[in-house]
Amino acid sequence: MRYLPLTQEDRADMLSVIGANSVDDFYTDVPESARLPGTVPGLPDHQGELAVERYLTKLANKNVTASESAFFVGCGAYKHHVPASVDMVIQRSEFLTTYTPYQPEIAQGTLQTLFEFQTQVAEITAMDVANASMYDGATSCAEAAVMACRATRRKKVVLSGGLHPHYAASTKLLCEAQGIEVVQLPAAIDGELELAGAVDDATACVIGQSPNVFGTITDMTPVADAAHEKKALFVSVFTEAVSLGLVKPPGEMGADIAVGEGQSIGNSLNFGGPYVGLFAATQKLVRQMPGRLCGETTDAEGKRGFVLTLSTREQHIRRDKATSNICTNSGLCALAFTAHMTLLGGKGLRDLAVLNHEAACDLADALEAVDGVEIITPRFFNEFAFRVPMNAADALQGLLDRDVVGGVRASRLYPHEDELSNVIVCAATECTTPEDIAAYASALKEILS
Amino acid sequence: MTVKYTEDHEWVSVEGDTAIVGITSYAAEQLGDVVFVELPEEGRNSNKGDELAVVESVKAASDVYAPVSGIVKEANSELEGAPETVNQDPEGKGWFVKMLITDPTQLDAMMDADAYKAFCADL
Amino acid sequence: MSMNSQGRPSTPVATGSQHDTETVSGSKGLYQFEPLIFETDRWGKTGVDLPKAKGTKSRLGGVERAGKAELPGLSEPETVRHYVRLSQRNYAIDLGLFPLGSCTMKHNPRLNEKMARLPGFADIHPMQPQASVQGALELIDELATWLKTLTGMPAVAMSPKAGAHGELCGMLAIRQALISRGEADTRKRVLVPASAHGTNPATAAQCGFIVDEISADKRGRVDMEDLRAKLEKTDDVAGIMLTNPNTCGLFETDIKDIADLIHEAGGYFYCDGANFNAIVGRVRPGDLGIDAMHINLHKTFSTPHGGGGPGSGPTVLSEALAPFAPVPFILKDEDGFRLVEEAEEEAKESFGRMASFHGQMGMFVRALSYMLSHGADGLKQVAEDAVLNANYIQAKLKTVMTPAFDGFCMHEALFSDKFTAEGIETIDIAKALIDEGYHPMTMYFPLVVHGAMLIEPTETESKAELDRFCGALESVARRAAQGDDTLKGAPYLAPMKRLDETQAARKPVLKWVPPAPEQLAAE
Repeated sequence: MRYLPLTQEDRADMLSVIGANSVDDFYTDVPESARLPGTVPGLPDHQGELAVERYLTKLANKNVTASESAFFVGCGAYKHHVPASVDMVIQRSEFLTTYTPYQPEIAQGTLQTLFEFQTQVAEITAMDVANASMYDGATSCAEAAVMACRATRRKKVVLSGGLHPHYAASTKLLCEAQGIEVVQLPAAIDGELELAGAVDDATACVIGQSPNVFGTITDMTPVADAAHEKKALFVSVFTEAVSLGLVKPPGEMGADIAVGEGQSIGNSLNFGGPYVGLFAATQKLVRQMPGRLCGETTDAEGKRGFVLTLSTREQHIRRDKATSNICTNSGLCALAFTAHMTLLGGKGLRDLAVLNHEAACDLADALEAVDGVEIITPRFFNEFAFRVPMNAADALQGLLDRDVVGGVRASRLYPHEDELSNVIVCAATECTTPEDIAAYASALKEILS
Repeated sequence: MTVKYTEDHEWVSVEGDTAIVGITSYAAEQLGDVVFVELPEEGRNSNKGDELAVVESVKAASDVYAPVSGIVKEANSELEGAPETVNQDPEGKGWFVKMLITDPTQLDAMMDADAYKAFCADL
Repeated sequence: MSMNSQGRPSTPVATGSQHDTETVSGSKGLYQFEPLIFETDRWGKTGVDLPKAKGTKSRLGGVERAGKAELPGLSEPETVRHYVRLSQRNYAIDLGLFPLGSCTMKHNPRLNEKMARLPGFADIHPMQPQASVQGALELIDELATWLKTLTGMPAVAMSPKAGAHGELCGMLAIRQALISRGEADTRKRVLVPASAHGTNPATAAQCGFIVDEISADKRGRVDMEDLRAKLEKTDDVAGIMLTNPNTCGLFETDIKDIADLIHEAGGYFYCDGANFNAIVGRVRPGDLGIDAMHINLHKTFSTPHGGGGPGSGPTVLSEALAPFAPVPFILKDEDGFRLVEEAEEEAKESFGRMASFHGQMGMFVRALSYMLSHGADGLKQVAEDAVLNANYIQAKLKTVMTPAFDGFCMHEALFSDKFTAEGIETIDIAKALIDEGYHPMTMYFPLVVHGAMLIEPTETESKAELDRFCGALESVARRAAQGDDTLKGAPYLAPMKRLDETQAARKPVLKWVPPAPEQLAAE
C-alpha cells in the first residue's frame, strides 16, 4: 500500500516493544460477535493510482461542465473565473494540510489570512465585524436566525418571499428544533419590503435577501427601520458575493447581521460544495456570533501576532450553552476567497461587478427580443427571472439539447407555486460571452416558435 | 453592613434592602485572567439560584448565580471596559450587581467570612 | 601564470563573536517578514486584468452601493509571495508528524486533490439539469454504498457539511422519529458522557434537547452504574450520544449493553464517529446496535483539514431512523440517478433540508479516491497500523509519562500530567515540543483526565519518525518531571513567542483598521 510506510518487519518489531502478540490483542475490547473474521465483505481490494484515476475520470466525463457549454445557471452558486494563483495558494502544503490554528506560535500563516479575510468580509458587507467563515450561505442564514433570538430573547423570525428556498428550509429546520416560530411570507419576485409590515413586538428578526432568489435587488432600509422600531434585528442575505461590489450592501441598509454565500469569489462550483458561508454583524453583537473569530494580539516579546479569540462562545468551552455547535468551518475555501479578494481589491471587485451586470443586461436585451419572453425581475444585478409561454422544464430541456444550459426552472425551488411553472431564473457573469448570449437567444427562439 | 458568602463563591454585602453581589478573591484567582463579564439588565427579577451573570476567562466561562432573590438595580458598567478589575479588586471595585432583595431571610443560611475561609481551605 | 578571476574565502572562519540576531528588514534568512495586505501601497489598485466595461447599461434601478469597498488589490507576484511567506509560518502534516489526538492528521494523498479538480467534478453546478450530471450523482451514490458497507448500516445522509453538522443530522433524525411517535415533547433528555467532544452537548442543545452528563469509570469507559441510574426514569429519555472508540482512545467494552439499555428505555443511540479510523475495515458499527453515526471524511478518509475545514460529515442511519433522513438524497431508477429535493412523496417523513445543496462534493471525490485506492484490505490495514502506532508510542513513553488508563489503547495514547513537577503544566510540554519541531498533541482534552495529553500518530507515520518523535517527547517529559523552569518560556525557536490571549479577548481587535492620522504623522 503506497500510503502506509510500516513494513512487516516494522510491525513485528513494534509488537514486541509493546508486548503484544498481534494487532488482534488491541481489539479484544470489541464484542466477539462484532469482530470481522477478514476484510469487510462486499468491497474490492486496493488499486493503483492509474486504475483509480481512470475510473474517476470516466465518471467525471459523464457530466456537462459549465466551461464547455453556454452556461446560465445561478440560484445560489455562480460560474466565475478563478485566477490560477488562487488554486496554487490553497494547494500550498502548509495551508492545505494543517489544522485549525490552535497553536498560534506555529499557525500564524492561517491566522493572518483569517484576520485579512475577516477585514475583507467586513468591508465588502459594510459591517463592523465578520467571523472566520461558516459552512455555506444557507447554514449561515440559519445561524443568524437563532443568534437573533438569543440576542433579543425573543422566539419568532420572519422570512421574506424572496429568500432562497434552501436558506428558508435550513433556517426553518434549526429554528423549529429550538421552539422558534418561523413566519414565511409567500413567494414574491419583488416582495422584500413586505417584511416591514410583518414585524411585531415578538419578532426577533426579519430576514430579507438582495439580490433575492429571483435576482431582484432591493434597498431594504425601510425593513431595517421597521425592525429596529420594534427592537427586532434585520438580517440581510446575499447569495452572490460579487454583487457587493456594485449593489447596496447590508451595512448600508442598516443590517444588524449580514450572511451569505462566498463561493463566487475564489471558489469553483464543485456541484454544491464545499463553499464558504460569510457571516458579519455589528460590533454590539460580536459575543453572540457563532464560529471562529481571529483577533490581533502580541507575543511575549511584544511582536504583533494573531490568535483565535472569544472562544468562550464556542462548543469546546461552553458545551451545551455554546452559541452554535459549529467546529470545523470552511478554512480552505475562506483562504481561496481571501486570496482572490487580495488580487481583486476594492477596485477589482467593483470592475468585476460591473462586467457581471452588463453581461446580464445584454442577456436580458437578447432574451426580451425573443417573442413570448417576459422578463419579470424589475431590478437586477447578474441574475433575473423570465416567463416563457410553455412549461419551463420543457424549455430548459430544449435548450440543453441545443448545448445551452439555460438556468433553473423556478418550479425546482417552488414545486407548489403553479404560477411559477413557466418561469426560468438565469444568470450571466464575466464568463458569459456574446456568442453564449446569441446562442441562448436563438435556441430559445427556435423552441418558442 | 454584613458580608456573606455562598458555596458557589459569590459574596453579598447587605445594607438595608440593597445587596451588592460579586465573586470572591478565591474564585477570581481560580478563574485566571478575567476577560469578560456578562451582566444582567436593570430591572431583571432573579430568584435565588438563577443565572445572574457570566464571567469569562480565556478558556473558561462560569455562570454566576443569584445568591439571593431580588431585582437588579444596577450592573457595574465599569467592568465592560475593564474586566481586569475583577482580578484586581474582586471584593471591592470588581462588584457585579446591586440588587433590591426581596427575602432577607435567605441570608441567614449563608456563610460569614470565617466560615467561608474554612470552606475554601477544605477545597 | 595567468590570473583570470579573484579568489574568495571558501572555508568558514570562526569570528569569535556572536552576531546580533535582530535584522533591519525584519526577515531572518529564509524567514521573510510579511506585513498585512492592508499595509501595502496597493490601495485603489487591482491585480486582475478585466476587459473594459462598456458603461452604457444599467438595470440596477438605483439600488447602488454608496461607499466604495476600500481594499488593496495586489499584483500576482505580490499576492503569491504574500501567501507563500505566510504559509511558512504554519506547521503542517506535509512537514512532520502532527499528533493532535482526536483530529486524525494523516497524510492527504495528492491523487485525491488531482481527482477533485477534474472539471467534470469541479466545474459543474448543483442546479444544472440532472440529466447533465449523471456521473456526479453516480459518484455520490457509490460513495454512499462504500460508507454503508463499511459501517454495516442501511442508509446514509450525504448532505451534512462537517462532523458537527452530521451530529445535528443524527439528532434531528432522532427528534423527527420522536415526533412521529408523538413523544417529542416528553422525551427531551440526552445522555452525554463527561468525556465527550464539546460538539455533542452543543448539538443536543441546538436540537432543543436537555443534556444529562454521565460519568466515566476508572477504566475510562462509561460508568455503567451511573448509566443505569440515569435510566431508572425512562419516559423522558431521547437517547445517548457516545463516541466509540471514545475520546480516551478506548473501545467502549459495554457498548452492546449500552445499546440495549438505551433501546429498552425507548431512546436512540447516536454514535460520534470521529474515531472511526481506529476500527474501519475491522468492525462495523452497525453490528454494535447504533442508530446513527457521522463519519468525518476529513479524518478517517483523509480529505485535507485545510486549516479548519471544509469538512464533510455523511451520517449513517439505522432502519428506525432512515425514513427521517434529510433531503436531498439520490435514487436510482430505469432513467438513471435522480435527486429527491423536497420533503414530500418518497421523502414525506424527512426532517427537511440542512444546507444549500447536495453536500461536500469536492470532499466526496477525495474520499472515494482514498477508498478505491485502499480497498477493503487496505482500510483494514489503515486501522491496524493506526492502532499499532499509538500503542507503540504509549509503550515507549509509559515509563516517563503517566498513561491515563491501564492496558492497550486504540488509535490514540492518553497521558495525564501526574508525572510533571509542581509548576510545570501540560501547556509547557506542548510548547516545548514546538521547539523540537513537532506540532503539540491535543492538550487539556478529554476533560475527565487532569492535564490531558492526547497523542494520535495515525497510520501514515513510519517507525523511524515515531522513534524520533518519542525521543523528543521523552526528553521534554523528563525536563517536566524535573521541574525545568525554562519550559515555561517555550517555544523559543518558533516564529512567535507565546501569544497573549488575555489581551486578545479583553480588547478584541477583529479586523484591520487604518491608523489614526496623528499616529501616521508621528511615524
